Amino acid sequence: MELLKAFVLGGLICLIGQLVMDLTPFNFSSADILVTYVTIGAILSAFGLYQPLIDWGGAGATVPLSGFGHSLAQGAIEGVKTRGLLGALGGGLAATSTGVAVAIVFGLVFATFTQPKG
Amino acid sequence: MAEKKIGRQTLQFSSTPIITSWASVVGPMEEKGALGDKFDLVLTDNLAGEKTWEKAEQKMMQYSIELALEKQSLLPKDLDFYLAGDLLNQIICANFTARALNTPFIGLYGACSTLAEGLCMAGLILDGGFAERIGVSASSHHDSAEKQYRTPTELGDQRPMTAQWTVTGSASYLVEKTGNGIMLTHATIGRIIDLGSSNAQNLGEAMAPAAMDTIKTHFEDLGRSEKDYDLIVTGDLGLLGHSILKELLKEKGISSDNFNDCGIMIYNPDQDTHMGGSGCGCSAVVLAAHLIERLQSGQYQRILFIGTGALLSPLSTFQGETIPCIAHAVVLESK
Repeated sequence: MELLKAFVLGGLICLIGQLVMDLTPFNFSSADILVTYVTIGAILSAFGLYQPLIDWGGAGATVPLSGFGHSLAQGAIEGVKTRGLLGALGGGLAATSTGVAVAIVFGLVFATFTQPKG
Repeated sequence: MAEKKIGRQTLQFSSTPIITSWASVVGPMEEKGALGDKFDLVLTDNLAGEKTWEKAEQKMMQYSIELALEKQSLLPKDLDFYLAGDLLNQIICANFTARALNTPFIGLYGACSTLAEGLCMAGLILDGGFAERIGVSASSHHDSAEKQYRTPTELGDQRPMTAQWTVTGSASYLVEKTGNGIMLTHATIGRIIDLGSSNAQNLGEAMAPAAMDTIKTHFEDLGRSEKDYDLIVTGDLGLLGHSILKELLKEKGISSDNFNDCGIMIYNPDQDTHMGGSGCGCSAVVLAAHLIERLQSGQYQRILFIGTGALLSPLSTFQGETIPCIAHAVVLESK
Protein backbone atom coordinates (compact mmCIF):
# COMPACT_ATOMS: atom_id res chain seq x y z
CA MET A 1 0.00 0.00 0.00
CA GLU A 2 2.83 2.34 0.90
CA LEU A 3 4.49 1.64 -2.45
CA LEU A 4 1.26 2.21 -4.35
CA LYS A 5 0.68 5.57 -2.64
CA ALA A 6 4.25 6.67 -3.39
CA PHE A 7 3.80 5.60 -7.02
CA VAL A 8 0.50 7.46 -7.40
CA LEU A 9 1.70 10.69 -5.78
CA GLY A 10 5.14 10.73 -7.43
CA GLY A 11 3.58 9.85 -10.76
CA LEU A 12 1.00 12.62 -10.43
CA ILE A 13 3.64 15.24 -9.62
CA CYS A 14 5.69 14.22 -12.67
CA LEU A 15 2.61 13.97 -14.89
CA ILE A 16 1.72 17.58 -14.06
CA GLY A 17 5.25 18.61 -15.09
CA GLN A 18 5.01 16.76 -18.41
CA LEU A 19 1.56 18.20 -19.13
CA VAL A 20 2.78 21.71 -18.36
CA MET A 21 5.56 21.21 -20.92
CA ASP A 22 3.23 19.71 -23.52
CA LEU A 23 0.32 22.11 -23.16
CA THR A 24 2.11 25.43 -22.73
CA PRO A 25 4.06 27.20 -25.49
CA PHE A 26 7.06 25.07 -26.50
CA ASN A 27 9.71 27.25 -24.88
CA PHE A 28 8.84 25.95 -21.40
CA SER A 29 11.68 23.43 -21.12
CA SER A 30 12.48 20.64 -18.68
CA ALA A 31 14.99 23.00 -17.02
CA ASP A 32 12.18 25.47 -16.37
CA ILE A 33 10.14 22.68 -14.76
CA LEU A 34 13.11 21.81 -12.56
CA VAL A 35 13.47 25.34 -11.16
CA THR A 36 9.71 25.88 -10.87
CA TYR A 37 9.26 22.63 -8.91
CA VAL A 38 11.99 23.48 -6.40
CA THR A 39 10.40 26.90 -5.87
CA ILE A 40 6.85 25.57 -5.57
CA GLY A 41 8.03 22.88 -3.14
CA ALA A 42 9.69 25.51 -0.96
CA ILE A 43 6.65 27.79 -0.98
CA LEU A 44 4.20 24.97 -0.17
CA SER A 45 6.53 23.81 2.58
CA ALA A 46 6.71 27.28 4.12
CA PHE A 47 2.91 27.27 4.48
CA GLY A 48 3.05 23.77 5.95
CA LEU A 49 1.32 22.24 2.94
CA TYR A 50 4.07 19.89 1.79
CA GLN A 51 4.52 17.80 4.94
CA PRO A 52 0.98 16.30 4.60
CA LEU A 53 1.93 15.10 1.10
CA ILE A 54 5.02 13.36 2.49
CA ASP A 55 2.99 11.82 5.33
CA TRP A 56 0.63 10.34 2.74
CA GLY A 57 2.89 9.47 -0.19
CA GLY A 58 6.36 9.15 1.35
CA ALA A 59 9.07 8.93 -1.31
CA GLY A 60 6.47 9.89 -3.93
CA ALA A 61 6.70 13.41 -2.49
CA THR A 62 10.34 13.53 -1.37
CA VAL A 63 12.03 12.19 -4.52
CA PRO A 64 10.64 14.73 -7.07
CA LEU A 65 12.36 18.11 -7.07
CA SER A 66 9.56 19.72 -5.10
CA GLY A 67 10.81 17.55 -2.21
CA PHE A 68 14.19 19.25 -2.51
CA GLY A 69 12.44 22.61 -2.23
CA HIS A 70 10.67 21.34 0.87
CA SER A 71 13.99 20.32 2.46
CA LEU A 72 15.47 23.74 1.68
CA ALA A 73 12.54 25.55 3.27
CA GLN A 74 12.40 23.33 6.38
CA GLY A 75 16.19 23.66 6.79
CA ALA A 76 15.93 27.44 6.64
CA ILE A 77 13.13 27.48 9.24
CA GLU A 78 15.13 25.17 11.49
CA GLY A 79 18.24 27.35 11.00
CA VAL A 80 16.41 30.46 12.18
CA LYS A 81 15.14 28.63 15.28
CA THR A 82 18.61 27.50 16.36
CA ARG A 83 20.94 30.20 15.04
CA GLY A 84 18.82 33.29 14.52
CA LEU A 85 18.15 35.09 11.25
CA LEU A 86 21.53 34.19 9.71
CA GLY A 87 20.51 30.55 10.05
CA ALA A 88 17.99 31.16 7.24
CA LEU A 89 20.90 31.37 4.81
CA GLY A 90 22.86 28.34 5.99
CA GLY A 91 20.01 26.16 7.24
CA GLY A 92 18.67 25.22 3.84
CA LEU A 93 22.06 24.16 2.57
CA ALA A 94 22.89 22.28 5.78
CA ALA A 95 19.63 20.32 5.57
CA THR A 96 20.22 19.32 1.94
CA SER A 97 23.98 18.85 2.19
CA THR A 98 23.84 15.04 2.22
CA GLY A 99 21.79 14.95 -0.97
CA VAL A 100 23.98 17.50 -2.72
CA ALA A 101 27.18 15.69 -1.66
CA VAL A 102 25.75 12.36 -2.86
CA ALA A 103 24.96 13.93 -6.24
CA ILE A 104 28.51 15.24 -6.57
CA VAL A 105 30.16 11.96 -5.47
CA PHE A 106 28.00 9.79 -7.73
CA GLY A 107 28.54 12.24 -10.58
CA LEU A 108 32.27 11.78 -10.12
CA VAL A 109 31.96 7.99 -9.93
CA PHE A 110 29.88 7.82 -13.12
CA ALA A 111 32.11 10.27 -14.97
CA THR A 112 35.08 8.06 -14.09
CA PHE A 113 33.57 4.89 -15.49
CA THR A 114 31.43 6.16 -18.35
CA GLN A 115 31.89 8.65 -21.15
CA PRO A 116 28.91 10.93 -21.70
CA LYS A 117 28.70 11.96 -25.35
CA GLY A 118 25.58 14.12 -25.47
CA MET B 1 21.86 42.59 -67.91
CA ALA B 2 22.97 39.23 -66.60
CA GLU B 3 23.05 36.81 -69.51
CA LYS B 4 22.37 33.61 -67.64
CA LYS B 5 19.91 34.89 -65.06
CA ILE B 6 16.24 34.58 -65.83
CA GLY B 7 13.69 36.58 -63.91
CA ARG B 8 14.39 37.45 -60.31
CA GLN B 9 16.26 34.44 -58.93
CA THR B 10 16.75 31.71 -61.51
CA LEU B 11 20.01 30.76 -63.21
CA GLN B 12 20.14 28.96 -66.54
CA PHE B 13 23.34 26.99 -67.09
CA SER B 14 24.34 27.34 -70.70
CA SER B 15 26.94 24.56 -70.69
CA THR B 16 24.73 22.15 -68.70
CA PRO B 17 26.87 20.58 -65.95
CA ILE B 18 26.48 16.83 -65.48
CA ILE B 19 26.21 14.91 -62.22
CA THR B 20 28.35 11.92 -63.10
CA SER B 21 28.68 10.05 -59.83
CA TRP B 22 26.99 9.86 -56.46
CA ALA B 23 27.26 7.81 -53.27
CA SER B 24 25.37 7.61 -50.00
CA VAL B 25 26.36 6.40 -46.54
CA VAL B 26 23.80 6.09 -43.73
CA GLY B 27 23.31 4.80 -40.19
CA PRO B 28 21.40 1.69 -39.08
CA MET B 29 18.13 3.59 -38.47
CA GLU B 30 18.04 4.71 -42.11
CA GLU B 31 18.73 1.17 -43.29
CA LYS B 32 15.52 0.09 -41.55
CA GLY B 33 13.66 2.85 -43.42
CA ALA B 34 11.74 2.80 -46.67
CA LEU B 35 14.86 3.10 -48.86
CA GLY B 36 16.92 0.70 -46.73
CA ASP B 37 18.49 -1.45 -49.42
CA LYS B 38 19.40 1.40 -51.78
CA PHE B 39 22.26 3.04 -49.90
CA ASP B 40 25.85 2.35 -50.86
CA LEU B 41 27.14 1.81 -47.34
CA VAL B 42 25.53 1.39 -43.91
CA LEU B 43 27.35 2.04 -40.63
CA THR B 44 27.17 -0.76 -38.07
CA ASP B 45 26.13 1.72 -35.40
CA ASN B 46 25.96 5.50 -34.90
CA LEU B 47 29.54 5.62 -33.60
CA ALA B 48 31.07 3.66 -36.50
CA GLY B 49 33.96 2.56 -34.30
CA GLU B 50 34.83 6.12 -33.29
CA LYS B 51 34.88 7.70 -29.84
CA THR B 52 32.49 10.53 -30.65
CA TRP B 53 29.47 11.07 -32.88
CA GLU B 54 31.21 13.99 -34.53
CA LYS B 55 34.08 11.75 -35.62
CA ALA B 56 31.59 9.18 -36.88
CA GLU B 57 29.85 11.86 -38.95
CA GLN B 58 33.13 13.03 -40.43
CA LYS B 59 34.07 9.45 -41.31
CA MET B 60 30.71 9.02 -43.02
CA MET B 61 31.22 12.16 -45.15
CA GLN B 62 34.69 11.05 -46.14
CA TYR B 63 33.46 7.57 -47.06
CA SER B 64 30.76 9.06 -49.27
CA ILE B 65 33.08 11.31 -51.30
CA GLU B 66 35.65 8.52 -51.60
CA LEU B 67 32.94 6.17 -52.85
CA ALA B 68 31.67 8.71 -55.38
CA LEU B 69 35.24 9.15 -56.68
CA GLU B 70 35.86 5.41 -56.70
CA LYS B 71 32.82 4.76 -58.89
CA GLN B 72 34.51 6.85 -61.60
CA SER B 73 37.98 5.47 -60.81
CA LEU B 74 39.10 8.93 -59.71
CA LEU B 75 41.22 10.28 -56.86
CA PRO B 76 40.70 13.41 -54.71
CA LYS B 77 43.45 15.17 -56.69
CA ASP B 78 41.22 14.93 -59.77
CA LEU B 79 38.78 17.41 -58.19
CA ASP B 80 39.18 21.09 -59.03
CA PHE B 81 37.13 22.09 -56.00
CA TYR B 82 35.40 20.44 -53.10
CA LEU B 83 32.20 22.02 -51.76
CA ALA B 84 30.78 20.64 -48.54
CA GLY B 85 28.79 21.47 -45.45
CA ASP B 86 27.14 19.94 -42.39
CA LEU B 87 25.19 21.01 -39.32
CA LEU B 88 27.94 21.19 -36.70
CA ASN B 89 29.54 24.40 -35.45
CA GLN B 90 31.86 25.95 -38.03
CA ILE B 91 30.94 23.05 -40.41
CA ILE B 92 33.69 21.05 -38.78
CA CYS B 93 32.91 17.70 -40.48
CA ALA B 94 33.33 19.32 -43.88
CA ASN B 95 36.57 21.01 -42.77
CA PHE B 96 38.10 17.74 -41.59
CA THR B 97 36.98 15.94 -44.75
CA ALA B 98 38.52 18.63 -46.91
CA ARG B 99 41.71 18.30 -44.84
CA ALA B 100 41.84 14.63 -45.77
CA LEU B 101 41.09 15.25 -49.46
CA ASN B 102 43.65 18.04 -49.78
CA THR B 103 41.79 19.78 -52.63
CA PRO B 104 40.76 23.45 -52.90
CA PHE B 105 37.76 23.73 -50.60
CA ILE B 106 34.76 26.00 -50.27
CA GLY B 107 32.76 25.43 -47.07
CA LEU B 108 28.99 25.80 -47.26
CA TYR B 109 26.39 26.36 -44.61
CA GLY B 110 22.78 26.16 -45.67
CA ALA B 111 21.52 23.89 -42.87
CA CYS B 112 19.37 21.22 -44.53
CA SER B 113 19.52 23.06 -47.87
CA THR B 114 23.30 22.50 -48.04
CA LEU B 115 23.23 19.90 -50.81
CA ALA B 116 20.97 21.98 -53.07
CA GLU B 117 23.17 25.01 -52.32
CA GLY B 118 26.26 22.95 -53.19
CA LEU B 119 24.79 21.80 -56.51
CA CYS B 120 23.86 25.43 -57.36
CA MET B 121 27.41 26.56 -56.58
CA ALA B 122 28.97 23.68 -58.50
CA GLY B 123 26.83 24.60 -61.49
CA LEU B 124 27.94 28.24 -61.26
CA ILE B 125 31.64 27.39 -61.05
CA LEU B 126 31.48 24.89 -63.91
CA ASP B 127 29.36 27.10 -66.15
CA GLY B 128 31.70 29.98 -65.45
CA GLY B 129 34.50 27.89 -66.86
CA PHE B 130 36.47 27.80 -63.61
CA ALA B 131 36.56 24.04 -63.19
CA GLU B 132 36.05 20.72 -64.93
CA ARG B 133 35.12 18.55 -61.98
CA ILE B 134 33.72 19.43 -58.54
CA GLY B 135 32.91 17.28 -55.51
CA VAL B 136 29.88 18.19 -53.40
CA SER B 137 29.04 16.64 -50.00
CA ALA B 138 26.50 17.18 -47.24
CA SER B 139 26.11 15.28 -44.01
CA SER B 140 24.15 15.15 -40.76
CA HIS B 141 24.17 12.83 -37.79
CA HIS B 142 21.19 12.31 -35.50
CA ASP B 143 23.07 12.34 -32.22
CA SER B 144 25.55 15.12 -32.97
CA ALA B 145 22.71 17.32 -34.25
CA GLU B 146 20.44 16.67 -31.25
CA LYS B 147 23.34 17.50 -28.95
CA GLN B 148 24.08 20.74 -30.75
CA TYR B 149 20.61 22.08 -31.50
CA ARG B 150 18.38 20.73 -28.77
CA THR B 151 18.97 19.27 -25.31
CA PRO B 152 21.69 16.81 -24.29
CA THR B 153 20.57 13.37 -25.46
CA GLU B 154 21.25 11.85 -22.04
CA LEU B 155 18.69 14.20 -20.48
CA GLY B 156 16.02 12.10 -22.15
CA ASP B 157 13.52 14.89 -22.89
CA GLN B 158 10.34 13.78 -24.63
CA ARG B 159 10.31 14.73 -28.33
CA PRO B 160 7.12 16.61 -29.19
CA MET B 161 4.96 15.15 -31.96
CA THR B 162 5.94 18.00 -34.32
CA ALA B 163 9.64 17.03 -34.16
CA GLN B 164 11.51 15.41 -37.03
CA TRP B 165 14.33 12.89 -36.79
CA THR B 166 17.71 14.14 -37.97
CA VAL B 167 19.00 11.67 -40.54
CA THR B 168 22.35 10.00 -39.90
CA GLY B 169 23.70 10.08 -43.40
CA SER B 170 25.99 11.68 -45.89
CA ALA B 171 25.95 11.79 -49.67
CA SER B 172 28.50 13.07 -52.15
CA TYR B 173 28.23 13.97 -55.81
CA LEU B 174 30.65 14.64 -58.62
CA VAL B 175 29.52 17.43 -60.93
CA GLU B 176 31.44 17.69 -64.18
CA LYS B 177 31.59 19.82 -67.30
CA THR B 178 31.16 16.78 -69.53
CA GLY B 179 30.33 13.12 -69.00
CA ASN B 180 27.46 10.74 -68.64
CA GLY B 181 24.84 11.19 -65.96
CA ILE B 182 22.16 13.61 -64.87
CA MET B 183 21.93 17.12 -66.31
CA LEU B 184 21.82 20.16 -64.04
CA THR B 185 19.94 22.70 -66.14
CA HIS B 186 18.67 25.44 -63.82
CA ALA B 187 18.99 26.65 -60.26
CA THR B 188 16.78 28.99 -58.29
CA ILE B 189 18.54 30.70 -55.39
CA GLY B 190 16.19 31.22 -52.46
CA ARG B 191 15.44 34.25 -50.32
CA ILE B 192 15.28 34.15 -46.52
CA ILE B 193 11.68 33.77 -45.46
CA ASP B 194 10.86 34.16 -41.76
CA LEU B 195 7.20 34.28 -40.81
CA GLY B 196 7.95 34.45 -37.10
CA SER B 197 8.04 30.80 -36.07
CA SER B 198 10.57 30.17 -33.31
CA ASN B 199 9.91 26.53 -32.37
CA ALA B 200 13.09 24.55 -32.99
CA GLN B 201 11.05 21.36 -32.57
CA ASN B 202 8.78 22.23 -35.47
CA LEU B 203 10.98 23.15 -38.41
CA GLY B 204 8.63 21.86 -41.10
CA GLU B 205 6.13 24.57 -40.28
CA ALA B 206 8.86 27.23 -40.32
CA MET B 207 10.34 26.09 -43.65
CA ALA B 208 7.18 25.48 -45.71
CA PRO B 209 6.70 29.18 -46.65
CA ALA B 210 10.35 29.37 -47.84
CA ALA B 211 9.81 26.32 -50.05
CA MET B 212 6.61 27.88 -51.38
CA ASP B 213 8.38 31.15 -52.19
CA THR B 214 11.16 29.44 -54.14
CA ILE B 215 8.75 27.17 -56.06
CA LYS B 216 6.52 30.09 -57.01
CA THR B 217 9.47 32.24 -58.08
CA HIS B 218 10.94 29.35 -60.06
CA PHE B 219 7.71 28.89 -62.00
CA GLU B 220 7.37 32.63 -62.64
CA ASP B 221 11.00 33.05 -63.71
CA LEU B 222 10.92 30.18 -66.21
CA GLY B 223 7.28 30.41 -67.22
CA ARG B 224 6.85 26.81 -66.13
CA SER B 225 4.26 25.07 -64.00
CA GLU B 226 4.09 21.93 -61.88
CA LYS B 227 3.06 20.05 -65.04
CA ASP B 228 6.55 20.51 -66.49
CA TYR B 229 8.02 18.22 -63.84
CA ASP B 230 7.64 14.51 -63.17
CA LEU B 231 8.38 15.17 -59.52
CA ILE B 232 8.76 18.23 -57.33
CA VAL B 233 10.52 17.18 -54.18
CA THR B 234 11.32 19.24 -51.09
CA GLY B 235 14.21 18.40 -48.76
CA ASP B 236 12.91 17.86 -45.27
CA LEU B 237 9.59 19.55 -44.57
CA GLY B 238 8.31 16.35 -42.98
CA LEU B 239 4.65 15.36 -42.79
CA LEU B 240 3.47 18.57 -41.14
CA GLY B 241 5.53 20.93 -43.30
CA HIS B 242 4.50 19.04 -46.42
CA SER B 243 0.82 19.36 -45.61
CA ILE B 244 1.30 23.09 -44.92
CA LEU B 245 3.04 23.45 -48.28
CA LYS B 246 0.11 21.67 -49.94
CA GLU B 247 -2.27 24.18 -48.36
CA LEU B 248 -0.14 27.09 -49.56
CA LEU B 249 0.00 25.60 -53.08
CA LYS B 250 -3.76 25.17 -53.09
CA GLU B 251 -4.19 28.86 -52.28
CA LYS B 252 -2.10 29.70 -55.34
CA GLY B 253 -4.04 27.24 -57.49
CA ILE B 254 -1.07 24.90 -57.93
CA SER B 255 -1.85 21.18 -58.00
CA SER B 256 0.27 19.22 -55.51
CA ASP B 257 -0.21 15.76 -57.06
CA ASN B 258 3.42 15.33 -58.09
CA PHE B 259 4.88 16.84 -54.90
CA ASN B 260 6.75 14.78 -52.35
CA ASP B 261 9.25 15.30 -49.54
CA CYS B 262 12.52 13.47 -48.80
CA GLY B 263 11.76 13.62 -45.06
CA ILE B 264 8.61 11.58 -45.68
CA MET B 265 10.27 9.18 -48.13
CA ILE B 266 13.25 8.09 -46.03
CA TYR B 267 11.66 6.40 -43.00
CA ASN B 268 8.86 3.91 -42.50
CA PRO B 269 5.82 5.20 -40.61
CA ASP B 270 6.37 2.67 -37.80
CA GLN B 271 9.85 4.03 -36.97
CA ASP B 272 8.46 6.55 -34.48
CA THR B 273 10.23 9.52 -36.01
CA HIS B 274 7.04 11.59 -35.59
CA MET B 275 7.08 13.96 -38.61
CA GLY B 276 9.77 12.15 -40.65
CA GLY B 277 13.41 12.88 -41.43
CA SER B 278 15.42 16.10 -41.49
CA GLY B 279 19.02 17.31 -41.65
CA CYS B 280 21.50 17.90 -44.47
CA GLY B 281 21.83 14.16 -44.87
CA CYS B 282 18.10 13.65 -45.47
CA SER B 283 17.69 15.19 -48.91
CA ALA B 284 21.30 14.32 -49.81
CA VAL B 285 20.92 10.56 -49.35
CA VAL B 286 17.38 10.36 -50.74
CA LEU B 287 18.52 12.09 -53.94
CA ALA B 288 21.56 9.84 -54.27
CA ALA B 289 19.94 6.54 -53.35
CA HIS B 290 16.52 6.96 -54.88
CA LEU B 291 15.67 10.00 -57.04
CA ILE B 292 18.79 10.09 -59.20
CA GLU B 293 18.46 6.37 -59.88
CA ARG B 294 14.94 7.02 -61.17
CA LEU B 295 16.21 9.81 -63.42
CA GLN B 296 18.93 7.46 -64.62
CA SER B 297 16.47 4.70 -65.44
CA GLY B 298 14.22 7.13 -67.30
CA GLN B 299 11.32 6.78 -64.86
CA TYR B 300 11.60 10.52 -64.33
CA GLN B 301 12.57 12.86 -67.15
CA ARG B 302 12.81 16.07 -65.18
CA ILE B 303 12.54 16.82 -61.47
CA LEU B 304 12.68 19.95 -59.33
CA PHE B 305 14.74 19.31 -56.21
CA ILE B 306 14.29 21.89 -53.46
CA GLY B 307 16.64 21.88 -50.47
CA THR B 308 14.94 23.48 -47.46
CA GLY B 309 17.01 24.93 -44.64
CA ALA B 310 16.11 26.30 -41.22
CA LEU B 311 19.02 28.64 -40.55
CA LEU B 312 18.69 28.81 -36.79
CA SER B 313 21.56 28.60 -34.33
CA PRO B 314 21.45 27.19 -30.79
CA LEU B 315 22.15 30.69 -29.48
CA SER B 316 19.34 32.30 -31.49
CA THR B 317 16.98 29.66 -30.11
CA PHE B 318 18.06 30.38 -26.52
CA GLN B 319 17.56 34.09 -27.09
CA GLY B 320 14.04 33.46 -28.40
CA GLU B 321 14.74 34.60 -31.96
CA THR B 322 12.58 33.48 -34.87
CA ILE B 323 13.89 31.04 -37.50
CA PRO B 324 15.16 32.40 -40.83
CA CYS B 325 14.41 29.80 -43.51
CA ILE B 326 15.65 29.31 -47.04
CA ALA B 327 15.00 27.04 -50.01
CA HIS B 328 17.23 26.53 -53.03
CA ALA B 329 15.96 24.64 -56.07
CA VAL B 330 17.79 22.80 -58.84
CA VAL B 331 16.33 21.29 -62.00
CA LEU B 332 17.67 17.82 -62.77
CA GLU B 333 17.03 16.10 -66.11
CA SER B 334 17.88 12.67 -67.40
CA LYS B 335 20.22 12.79 -70.36
